[in-house]
Amino acid sequence: MKCRRCRGPAVLEVRRHNAAFCADCFLHHCREQVRRAVHDHDMIRPGDRVLVAVSGGKDSLALWDLLLDLDYDADGLYLGLGIGDYSDHSGQAAKAFAAGRGARLVEVDIPSEYGFGIPDGAAAARRVPCSACGLSKRHLFNRAAVDGGYDVVATGHNLDDEAAVLLGNVLRWSTEYLGRQQPVLEGGAGFARKVKPLIRLGEREMAAYCVLEGIDYIVEECPMAEGNRHLGYKNALNEIEEQSPGSKAAFLFGFLDRVAPLVQRTAEEEREGLHPCPGCGSPTVSEVCAFCKLVDRAGGHHPARS
Amino acid sequence: MRVLLRNPRREVEVPGPLRVGALLERLELNRESVLVIRGDTLVTDDAVLEDADHVEVRPVISGGAT
Repeated sequence: MKCRRCRGPAVLEVRRHNAAFCADCFLHHCREQVRRAVHDHDMIRPGDRVLVAVSGGKDSLALWDLLLDLDYDADGLYLGLGIGDYSDHSGQAAKAFAAGRGARLVEVDIPSEYGFGIPDGAAAARRVPCSACGLSKRHLFNRAAVDGGYDVVATGHNLDDEAAVLLGNVLRWSTEYLGRQQPVLEGGAGFARKVKPLIRLGEREMAAYCVLEGIDYIVEECPMAEGNRHLGYKNALNEIEEQSPGSKAAFLFGFLDRVAPLVQRTAEEEREGLHPCPGCGSPTVSEVCAFCKLVDRAGGHHPARS
Repeated sequence: MRVLLRNPRREVEVPGPLRVGALLERLELNRESVLVIRGDTLVTDDAVLEDADHVEVRPVISGGAT
């Protein structure tokens, strides 16, 4: 198989583009896809300070690497989730990357700062672990960005992540979540802008990027995620993709182009009802925000503010 | 050839020569969900793997919180 760009020997086939690439041309392809996503959706503006949510996995480390290569002012944020060896290994991967690139990594350890770990907190709150983890991440990423004076939180959601979330939302016709499923969620009072610069790149491409760039990421899956619904959606979509390359991209970008504008009003209406949470000050539409409820049910506490 | 699989981590022995695509079929793995690495280099579906090769089939799907 030959590289589409330089005709040298290829190392990776990207079937949805009906193309294969050598290592150098593949890295160029990844940078161009991120550059295009950032430009087309006006994700990062001149002078913006970016906080990259870093888990130690392939997507977030590749994203951080790509944004630094594209000369963005991008620091990393690592959240310690309290998931035993998995958290230890993922934290090591994030720190090693930051040290290797000479980049700044902000660290927040949930067990030591909030008094609970995700597995115990989820059990105490009777939530599935991925749900407790997701809401904690959304809250704490935003908190750290606002407190640290960052304009933008960038997450490593890739094309496969977004297509799987879309499938889940469509299967349940969750118009509220569909309205929020955007590559960019604008900032506002108490909110940093949230952006997903990897939406034009698939999960397999991100893993290949790390292998080719020599980025040492945590390959093992989070033990809490095993058998979850999101993985089931990804497997179902990959069965379709195998038969019909390009299906995932057509599904996601067709939604963003043609359906998202129709359901966006639902999300805007929800934003109009936002007010500061009495517990932590973060914006919420509920009486108390979901993260404060989780902290309370898990028997945790908020860190003392200096 | 010796083939390293993950989640859980284990090794299996598969006779070569064999194309990458045929290896994945034999292991009943979806091409979209893995990378194939020979030594420390990525290889495409049409590459032929030999008996002496050390091969890793690395899953790329990650799930959990979004």
